[in-house]
Amino acid sequence: MTYFLWAAVIIIVLSIVALVYRLVKGPFPSDRVVALDAIGVALICLVGLFSMLIDTSFFLDIILLLAILSFIGTIAFSKFIEKGDIITRDNSR
Amino acid sequence: MTILANILVVFFIVAGVLFIVVSAIGLLRLPDLYTRAHAASKSATLGVMCILLGVFFHFWLNEDHFKPTILLGVLFLFITGPVGGHIMSRSSYIAGVKPWAGTVRDDLKPEIERMKKEQNIK
Repeated sequence: MTYFLWAAVIIIVLSIVALVYRLVKGPFPSDRVVALDAIGVALICLVGLFSMLIDTSFFLDIILLLAILSFIGTIAFSKFIEKGDIITRDNSR
Repeated sequence: MTILANILVVFFIVAGVLFIVVSAIGLLRLPDLYTRAHAASKSATLGVMCILLGVFFHFWLNEDHFKPTILLGVLFLFITGPVGGHIMSRSSYIAGVKPWAGTVRDDLKPEIERMKKEQNIK
């Protein structure tokens, strides 16, 4: 079971390397934000697998924290890319 | 019982790792922002849901810790992953990122033009 979990961790780390390539190279800022969102999702997977490896359940609260931070970051970046500022005061839309 | 629980955990984790790898290959290889957002939002969400279900079953069946926090995380990711991908691609379309040259159909373009026309009338 331990070797299987280490193999899963190594495969996910390699996919994070591919996502970091897209994060550095992406031609638009939107590409970078999409890559950051996917990196957050892969980090959540890594937290779950490491908590299985070390046999503690204390790390599992970090999953919710990372999910909420990644979602709020994506929403804030999309508002910024769409309008140029994050908090808008007009009620037209 | 331990063997059955381990088979369940290994099945979920293998499925999740496969989906994560597929989403990474999609983000690396696809030609366009919108296809990349499609790959990142859906398959990465499914992969992380499978892996967290595997972790949940491991802590429940092998270690006797029932942790509903993981199920809450699965529910939150299931709601917010596709919503984040959708709102990201919509805002980048409004900001002016062009689709790929091989795109067959563009349903958002007449809607954006109709919104611009209504705002000019007001």
